[in-house]
Amino acid sequence: MTRPISEEDLQAYVDEALEPERRSEVQDYLSGNPDETRRVERYRAQRAALRAALAPIATEPLPPELNLARMIEARRRPRMEWTRWAAAAVVLLCVGGATGWSVRGATQRETHGIVALAGEAADSYQVYASDRVRPVEMDESDRAGLVQWASGRLGRQVSVPDLSASGYRFMGGRLVPTPHGPAVMFMYDDHHGTRLVLFSRQMTVDQNTPMSRHSRDGVEGVAWSNEGVGYTLVGPSSPGLKPLADEVRRQVSTTL
Amino acid sequence: MSEMLLLVEPQIPALRRYARALTRDRDAADDLVQDCLERAISRWHQWREKGNPRAWLFSILHNLAVNRLAKRGPTRELAIEDADEGALARPAQQPDRVQHGDLLRGLEQLNEAQRSVLLLVGVEDLTYAEAARVLDVPIGTVMSRLSRAREKLAQIMEGNVVDTPATQPVLRRIK
Repeated sequence: MTRPISEEDLQAYVDEALEPERRSEVQDYLSGNPDETRRVERYRAQRAALRAALAPIATEPLPPELNLARMIEARRRPRMEWTRWAAAAVVLLCVGGATGWSVRGATQRETHGIVALAGEAADSYQVYASDRVRPVEMDESDRAGLVQWASGRLGRQVSVPDLSASGYRFMGGRLVPTPHGPAVMFMYDDHHGTRLVLFSRQMTVDQNTPMSRHSRDGVEGVAWSNEGVGYTLVGPSSPGLKPLADEVRRQVSTTL
Repeated sequence: MSEMLLLVEPQIPALRRYARALTRDRDAADDLVQDCLERAISRWHQWREKGNPRAWLFSILHNLAVNRLAKRGPTRELAIEDADEGALARPAQQPDRVQHGDLLRGLEQLNEAQRSVLLLVGVEDLTYAEAARVLDVPIGTVMSRLSRAREKLAQIMEGNVVDTPATQPVLRRIK
């Protein structure tokens, strides 16, 4: 016995969305039902006519406002202009009497302090959080090994903040090279698969700074430093990031 | 981001078509698509893992379009003669342009929910599950709306449904 034919089957027949077997069952049904055949054929003709009527729109040349490459580029520009301005300020400082400065490129990134930390963390987030194969070097099953390794390389006791109360599971972590020595990166995710990265290293500049937001290419972070250790929590832009960063700061400061 | 360019750029023509068929206004439609792409760029990291971004892009666009249409109010939606026919079916020498125009005017008489399901499934080839995601309704609702939309459009085209509001001639623009 075949399953009775439903209205949904008839619609899927119109859309050519049926499996071959079901499709032939529907055809058998239609061959004995001229009224339904007329109705279905009318829908099929209507579908084809609608596609034909709207097809030309999709072949029109795209207007300049819809140039995606340029839109992506425009997103990056404000940051570059800011950096260029900052570099110009550095030039003025040099003219003002400071010697021995080297101004490297107009778009050179900030190399010191909390802004540099934010940039390094954003780089790590972009490389590792998008990695579906091996986002972390050591996973949460070897948490103790990871903590020992990172503590040894960073020269201080590191701890893994627990964000499970906020719905984020600890995935694991790795060491990341930076121009200022090793940094530790811990990764978390929630049940939607949204990933967060906590990034931390020693600071020689900006040793104690309040929390500040930074963002780049849709990646947002909240960075701060305390007693010579810099931290930043990085993730997709969301209002929930700041409270999470508060929670991390609370936990790392009590374990000091 | 270059991955985004590769995956998203090929979808832009279809996004334009959907936006224009919904709004029947070329400029408003392209504004919607532009807005949709801006959002897609800033949310790209949220999407990532799920293969083809097509349904995701249509969801962003659909939500923007629905908000825009709601803001525009129902009065404007009655003004079906307002839209330039050429804005919808451009090639000038298209022989069956008149029928196309009728069909698109018929489409205009469907409510927004019926129109969008007809376009997403029938024209843009989204699966029923994808259309359900875009419209944020269960698949069963997609199927029943689709069925009703097709029947209503068929009746409109056969002249069985003359639900032209009494106010319409006032809105008609004489060209």
